[in-house]
Amino acid sequence: MSSQTAQQALPTGSWRGDSVHSTVGFAVVYMAGTFQGTFSAFDARLSDGVLRGTAEVASVQVKDPNLEAHLQGPEFFDAERFPQLSFDAKEVSRSGDDLTLVGDLTLKGHTEEVEIKGHINDPAPDPYGGERFGLQLETTVDRTNFGLNWNNPLPSGDPALSNDVTLIVDLQLARES
Amino acid sequence: MRVLGISGSLRRDSHNSALLRAAGELIEEQGAEFEVYDGLKAIPPYDEDDDVGEGPAAVAGLRRAIAGADAVLFATPEYNASIPGVLKNAVDWASRPVGDSPLRNKPVAVIGASIGMFGAVWAQAELRKVLATAGARVADVELAVGHAHEHLDGDGHPSDPTQREALRDAVGVLLGELEGAPVAA
Repeated sequence: MSSQTAQQALPTGSWRGDSVHSTVGFAVVYMAGTFQGTFSAFDARLSDGVLRGTAEVASVQVKDPNLEAHLQGPEFFDAERFPQLSFDAKEVSRSGDDLTLVGDLTLKGHTEEVEIKGHINDPAPDPYGGERFGLQLETTVDRTNFGLNWNNPLPSGDPALSNDVTLIVDLQLARES
Repeated sequence: MRVLGISGSLRRDSHNSALLRAAGELIEEQGAEFEVYDGLKAIPPYDEDDDVGEGPAAVAGLRRAIAGADAVLFATPEYNASIPGVLKNAVDWASRPVGDSPLRNKPVAVIGASIGMFGAVWAQAELRKVLATAGARVADVELAVGHAHEHLDGDGHPSDPTQREALRDAVGVLLGELEGAPVAA
């Protein structure tokens, strides 16, 4: 059922993410603002209505290499033991250009069903003789459900880092020949 | 498998060094090698100006000792409600460079003893935090031996059966972290 729904909502055929022109990242409230990071190595594929995405957590990029090392460590993503995060769509529904995806998000060895809201830019020819379409997807998860429990108290006693993390994905997928 | 023991106390008759040796007996009973690191006193104060190449010889020795172990067991006393300065200083050295530190992903566990009633529980908590920040894989164990001068025998064995069992459990959890993990070169 899920692939049938996906086939109706998403383009047919085989498509692969163009990682140069796509972004996979996260945003989380930290102290007085929103902290953001991205993963530079990821893969997204849509084939026969099945949408799957993975990201290498060791490729996390923030603006400080020391923090990158901390994020890769056991307190956060634990890249040594859980090198990939993944999303497997189970249901995709579409209303106009708005999408709703339900699927399994796996991070640090934990899998949770999540609902993702998004937007689709329908396939169109690109200047290089190919064809591509776009997906902008966003969902918010509780990181502690996935064992990412680090925190530090502010002087007020409140935690410095929010448990709610927004995953932000902006994909361009090119048709595979 | 090889476990390195690091005591946060330099004192000759340290309760923590004795507790560490008792833990070492249990580690060896489990078929792993155990070695006590004895170079803590020679580690200079951390200075980034000196942290070039291998760093000072004592630091290079510490980093090699940690890198060559599959796991590290710390036993710490508590000074002024926190980690002894010499131990914190050594961990600071070992935590550098951040991306390539020998502590990175290293399974570690922390136990402790004090002559006060709380068994260095705050120092242990802070050491776990510091080690986790350094990227170590901190085992979820705790053994706090209070009144160590009364509750440890001369060889560091807890006199209380519950604490003896807790020490055995702590060793078991740390060694359990190594199951399936690559063995240190």
